[in-house]
Amino acid sequence: MIEIITSGMVLFGVFFVVAGSIGIVRLPDVYNRLHAATKSATLGVAGIVLAALFFFGMTTGVFSGKKMLTILFVFLTAPVTGQMISRAAYQVGVKLWDKSVLDELEGRYRQVRSKGDDDY
Amino acid sequence: MLDLVLDISMVLVVISIALCFYRLMLGPSLPDRAVALDTIGINVVAMIGLITIKTASDFYIDAMLVIAILAFLGTVAISKFLVKGEIIDRDNN
Repeated sequence: MIEIITSGMVLFGVFFVVAGSIGIVRLPDVYNRLHAATKSATLGVAGIVLAALFFFGMTTGVFSGKKMLTILFVFLTAPVTGQMISRAAYQVGVKLWDKSVLDELEGRYRQVRSKGDDDY
Repeated sequence: MLDLVLDISMVLVVISIALCFYRLMLGPSLPDRAVALDTIGINVVAMIGLITIKTASDFYIDAMLVIAILAFLGTVAISKFLVKGEIIDRDNN
């Protein structure tokens, strides 16, 4: 029973990890790729570490605090990294996908470089 | 059953690290590469979690936490460097 529940959690996590990586390869621009990276991959790591926590808790009787701390840390830092990378990308002038329909920050945000320089 | 699931999961995580590495090499802009590097760090944390279950030893947990922290700090440093051109500054504005 312990093995079945652990296997279920591991498969849950691995599904989201693989989905995030496929999204990073397949999605069209940086902002969409951040969507895949910061949500799916984080949920996947949470599933796998939760599986480890459950497995060790059931087999040895010790629920490790470091694993809970890892889950908490990953959940806290993933939105921060996503926001910082997307802000840096917008300020540096990475262009949106050419089929994007709305850019609400157009002209309202401090640009370090103008949009369209494709050196970055 | 758990061993089979863990082996399949490790192969899948390695494949997803390879996909992120593809984006890291060919990403058209620098923020793309930063995203790919951050995701590689998170996937390595997942891989160490799987190794922890497979070997049934508790010694890898510290490595997991440290790699998560290093990936976060590296990503923050890269994005600050992209905007300002420097990472540590005394200007509080």
